[in-house]
Amino acid sequence: MGESFAIRDCALIAIATGQSAHTLIELRDRLEIVPESSIYYHFWGGLLRPRFDDPEYQNDFAVWVRHNIHDKTLAERMALVNPTDFSDMEMLRRELVDMIEERMDESDSLPWIKALNTFYFVRSQIVIFDTKKTLNLPEELGAHLPHMSLGSIFYHFIDSRRRTPLGSDDFTHWLSSFGNEYIVLIEQLSSIDPYFINLIELRDELAKMFKRNA
Amino acid sequence: MTTLLKQYENVVGSDVIDQLKQLAKLLMGKNILHINSTKAGGGVAEILNRLIPLKRELGLDVHWETISGDADFFQCTKDMHNALQGKRVDIRESLLRHYEIINRQNFGMLKNRLEEADIVFIHDPQPAALIESIPERKGKWIWRCHIDASRPYRPVWKFLRNFVQAYDASIWSLSEFTQRLPHPMYLMAPSIDPLSDKNCELSREELDRTYERFGLDSGRPIITQISRFDRFKDPMGVIHAYNLVKEFVPIQLILAGGGATDDPEGEEVYNEVQSSAADDPDIHILMLPSDDNLTINAIQRISDIILQKSLKEGFGLTVTEAMWKAKPVIGGDTGGIRLQVINYHTGFLVNTPEGAALRIRYILKRRKQLKEMGEKGREFVRENFLITRNLREYLTLMIATVYEANDRIELL
Repeated sequence: MGESFAIRDCALIAIATGQSAHTLIELRDRLEIVPESSIYYHFWGGLLRPRFDDPEYQNDFAVWVRHNIHDKTLAERMALVNPTDFSDMEMLRRELVDMIEERMDESDSLPWIKALNTFYFVRSQIVIFDTKKTLNLPEELGAHLPHMSLGSIFYHFIDSRRRTPLGSDDFTHWLSSFGNEYIVLIEQLSSIDPYFINLIELRDELAKMFKRNA
Repeated sequence: MTTLLKQYENVVGSDVIDQLKQLAKLLMGKNILHINSTKAGGGVAEILNRLIPLKRELGLDVHWETISGDADFFQCTKDMHNALQGKRVDIRESLLRHYEIINRQNFGMLKNRLEEADIVFIHDPQPAALIESIPERKGKWIWRCHIDASRPYRPVWKFLRNFVQAYDASIWSLSEFTQRLPHPMYLMAPSIDPLSDKNCELSREELDRTYERFGLDSGRPIITQISRFDRFKDPMGVIHAYNLVKEFVPIQLILAGGGATDDPEGEEVYNEVQSSAADDPDIHILMLPSDDNLTINAIQRISDIILQKSLKEGFGLTVTEAMWKAKPVIGGDTGGIRLQVINYHTGFLVNTPEGAALRIRYILKRRKQLKEMGEKGREFVRENFLITRNLREYLTLMIATVYEANDRIELL
C-alpha cells in the first residue's frame, strides 16, 4: 500500500532583480551574478505568465538574442537547452555562460552589438499552500486531475524537479511507493517533456494518461 | 459562494476562484488598507473600485481611503507624474514643501487607520510621503507605482526616492519601469474587470443608441482612442494618422476621454485637440464624465479599431479593455502596450502617425484578419489581464511580505 498524496497549490510572483543587459557581454556578465531563481524564472516562469507561444525559442534568453541581438545562431543553440537535463541551476548557468562565450569567440562584432530592447533579469518567489485535499489511490488522482489548478500542476510536475532527490515529478514519486503496480504509468509520465507544452496541455495530457492507466 | 464570486467564476472558471479562496484564508484577520488620491477618474481609482469589493467578498478586512489636497498640491503631483514619465519639469522648492505639508496633514486625518493596518498599499506619488510621519510602524508598507518611470527626470525622482526607499516593498507594472530600490520590487500588470460597466456585454439596442447619440454613421468604419486628454497619449498624432487614412478610406474618428480630479492639464490639451480637429464633421471629440463607463464601453464596441498611440504609457488599460471587446489595437510602441499588443496577433505596435495610418489601412482592408486578431486578443486578456489574476498576485504578495520569506514560502 502506498502513501497518501497531499495536493498542494502554488502561486508565483515576479520580482525585478535590478539587473539588465544591453549587449551579449552584459548578458554573460549578469548571468554570472543573478540569483538562481532568476535563471529558473527565465526558463520556467513563462508557463505562468502572459505570452504568446514562440514555437522556436522556449526560454527568454533565446528569445532576446533572436529578436534583440538578431543572432539566430546563438538563439537556436540557447533554445535547445533543456533545463530538465541539468541537475541544478548552477550547471545550467555555467552552460549558458559557456555558450555565449563560445559564440562571442566566433564573431568580432557580436559582443558589441547593442540590443534593440534591454533584457531585464527577473526572479520569482513561490508561495506553496495546502489545498487540504488528500488522495489515497492513483485512481482518485485520475478523476481529480482535470479539475486541478494550473498552480497545482506547476508545483507537482515542474517545481518538483528542483526539490526531489532524483529531479522527478511528484506523481512519479508517489506512484513508486506502490511498488510495480503502476510501472506502465510511471514510464509514460517519464515520456512527457514539460518544457515544450503549456500548463493546460500538460494537465490534459496527464489526465488522459491517468485515465488510461490508473 | 457569494453572487459576485459566482459571476466571476462564470468568466474565469472554478479553479481560479478556488485558488483565490485558498490564498485569502492565509490573510484572514489582517487589516489591509489602500490609499490613493481620488475615488473617481483614472485607472488607479478604477482598479481599486473593483478590487476592493472582491477582496471583501473573499472575507478580507480591507479599507480604502483617499488623501485630499488643494490645487497647488495636485499641480505638484501632476508635475511629479510627468517627471516620472520623463518630462523635464523643475518643481519649485516651495511646492515640494507644500507636498510634504499636505501629506502630513493627511496623516493627521488618517492616523488611526494607518497605525492599525497590518498591510498598507500606497498608490502613486501623491500619498507617498505619508510614510515619513510614521517611523515606528507596525504594518508592512508597500508603494504601488502605476507609472512608467523607466527614465524619470532625475531631480524629481531623487526627491520621491527619499520616501519610497523606506517602504517594505514596491510594485511596478513592468520590469522596464523599475528604479533601483533597497527592497523587493514586485512586478504586477494591472487588470480589467469583465463585470464592470466599462467591460460588460451590451445589447444591440444600446449600441444603436450610441450611433444616434453621437451622430455616427454605422455604415462607415470607426477608429477610436479612449484616453485622458494628455500630451503623452498623443491625441494630435492620432488626428494626424486619421487625416492620412481619410484620403483613402471614409473613416470616422472618436477621441473620447474623461477628466480626473487630480489632472489640471486636461482642459488645456482638450482645447488644443479641438482646434486641431478644425471643422471636420467626422472627428468626434468627446469630453465624457469620468464615471460614464457604459458610454465608453459602447463606443469601444461600435469601433472597428482601437488606437492607443501613447508616447509614454504606464500599462494602458484602455488597450486591455479594447482587446476584451475583441477589437484589434494599434498602440504606441511603449510601456505596457508592448506587453499586450503583439504584432500580427492582437494588433500592431507603431512609432509614428504614419505607422498608425499604414496599419489602420492594412487591417481595414482585411476584415477576416481584423476579426481573428480581435478574438485572439480577447482570449489573451481572459488568461492574463482579468482582475482575478491581479487579485491572486496581490494576495501572494501580501502573504510573501507578511511572512517575510525568501524565494520559497511554504504554508503547509
